[in-house]
Amino acid sequence: MALALTDVTFDYTLGRTRVVRALAGVTVSVEPGELVVVVGATGSGKTTLMKLAAGLLKPTTGQVTVDGKFPSAGKGTSGVGLVFQDAESQLFADTLLDDVAFGPRNQGLSIDEAQRRAAIALGEVGLPAEEFGDRSPFSLSGGEARRAAIAGVIAMQPAYLLADEPTSGLDARGRRTVRELLLAQRERAGVVVVTHAAEEFLAHADRLVVLGEGSVTWAGAGSVAVANPRALVDAGLTLPDVLEAQMLAAERGASLASYTLDPVAAAESLAAAARGEG
Amino acid sequence: MAVPIPFGQYVALDSPVHRIDARVKIVVTAAFAAALFAVSGWTGLAIAATVVVATVGLSRVPFGLAARGLKPIAWLLAFTIAINALFPAQRTEALFQLGKLAVDAAGLKTGLFFGVRILLLVLGSSLVTLTTSPVALTDGLAQLMRPLGRMRFPVDDAATMMSIALRFMPTTAEEAERIVVAQTARGARFDVGGPITRAKAWIPVLVPLFVRLFRRADELAIAMEARCYRGEGRTRLRQPVMRATDWAVLASGVAFAACVAILL
Repeated sequence: MALALTDVTFDYTLGRTRVVRALAGVTVSVEPGELVVVVGATGSGKTTLMKLAAGLLKPTTGQVTVDGKFPSAGKGTSGVGLVFQDAESQLFADTLLDDVAFGPRNQGLSIDEAQRRAAIALGEVGLPAEEFGDRSPFSLSGGEARRAAIAGVIAMQPAYLLADEPTSGLDARGRRTVRELLLAQRERAGVVVVTHAAEEFLAHADRLVVLGEGSVTWAGAGSVAVANPRALVDAGLTLPDVLEAQMLAAERGASLASYTLDPVAAAESLAAAARGEG
Repeated sequence: MAVPIPFGQYVALDSPVHRIDARVKIVVTAAFAAALFAVSGWTGLAIAATVVVATVGLSRVPFGLAARGLKPIAWLLAFTIAINALFPAQRTEALFQLGKLAVDAAGLKTGLFFGVRILLLVLGSSLVTLTTSPVALTDGLAQLMRPLGRMRFPVDDAATMMSIALRFMPTTAEEAERIVVAQTARGARFDVGGPITRAKAWIPVLVPLFVRLFRRADELAIAMEARCYRGEGRTRLRQPVMRATDWAVLASGVAFAACVAILL
């Protein structure tokens, strides 16, 4: 049981003849209950990877399988939900409840069942249907709209949930809410988060995949990634500030027991090292 | 990708047609369109068709690409021909039966005549956008509208508006495509069902697209005002100059259209 991309290559055709390779030989998989974090610079192929995983693009070579089956590429896969970057731009219905019910309705559910699922999903994202259900999606704040868009995907009850830069453009509180929301989805789905901000999800990642110019430059367990920051830097990843500070201190002779993403623990570790207790 | 959204047609090539001043192309095309409507016989249409085909050849734009603009009007062509053939103003000889309806010989001929006229009109107009960059086209339109300023028509505002509209077309197309993909991921289908189902399927794309366009227009207007945009009295960085060739094409094009309209 897994959503798996195996040795996937994808080429975009620009104009008539120009071909740009967005991904080359990428292998990534996620199992139910796992959180896989994909990081990389702009243009590294993260969004293309998400679209391939969601069945919205067909790989040039390689294969995408959902629980061992080959989804029909180009039309999306009902077992895989994708929260897009700038997801709130997909809201369109008169009421929030109708908008969130859009996906379930497309899955062939009755209006009642679709609305029931929509109400549950809205509750999960902190926009209770009793209060927000009849509101226009266009009256929501940025953070609320992002959560509403996530609810639209959760309501489809995908076995795998993909999120492309889910926290971009949100304030600190909004980012935390969205992060917790996605982490909670691991109870019933495998979650893949593509992000620039590795620090937001790295501490919870079962696996980390670093993409660079369309290829996987580093892949491994989240804990291994935190323990080996230099390897991540060598793979082209810009480290979270807290991790970079520890790595630089260690490289300058500080004796640190371990690396951590928690700022308080990092400060204590560095202070202990300064006192010569490391 | 689920549904490609075509936008913008300019084919950047170096050809005699590409090099003609945009104003000349607009005026000659307008004259050509008027001539097409004035033509009353097949000879006129045949001459017009020859000119269009020759111009496409001269422009070096692949004929298939030029003809792609005809795809959206296929329904209109079919409808025009069918209506004239099945419901002629005056019934003549019935060619064959189509269910309970008779296909009238003269009606079919009239329908085909109107169809070819529409086809040439669209193909001729497409040539302007295929061979003229959007910026040059807007500049040309703005220059041609200048005399309207005397009637207090806001020429500068209209020119800026057209220019911005054209410049934002690729962005709008990208945005539309993004929304199409997002809704596809939510199970939306744009390629199933009858015409009404298919048209309804676009609502989830058009509503957010328009909301974003209005918001963007509002933000852009404020940003332009913040940078002291006042509309009137703007000067141009590029002053288009009519060359001898442009004058020659203008004179011969308009004269030719007039001859076709009057004589044929």
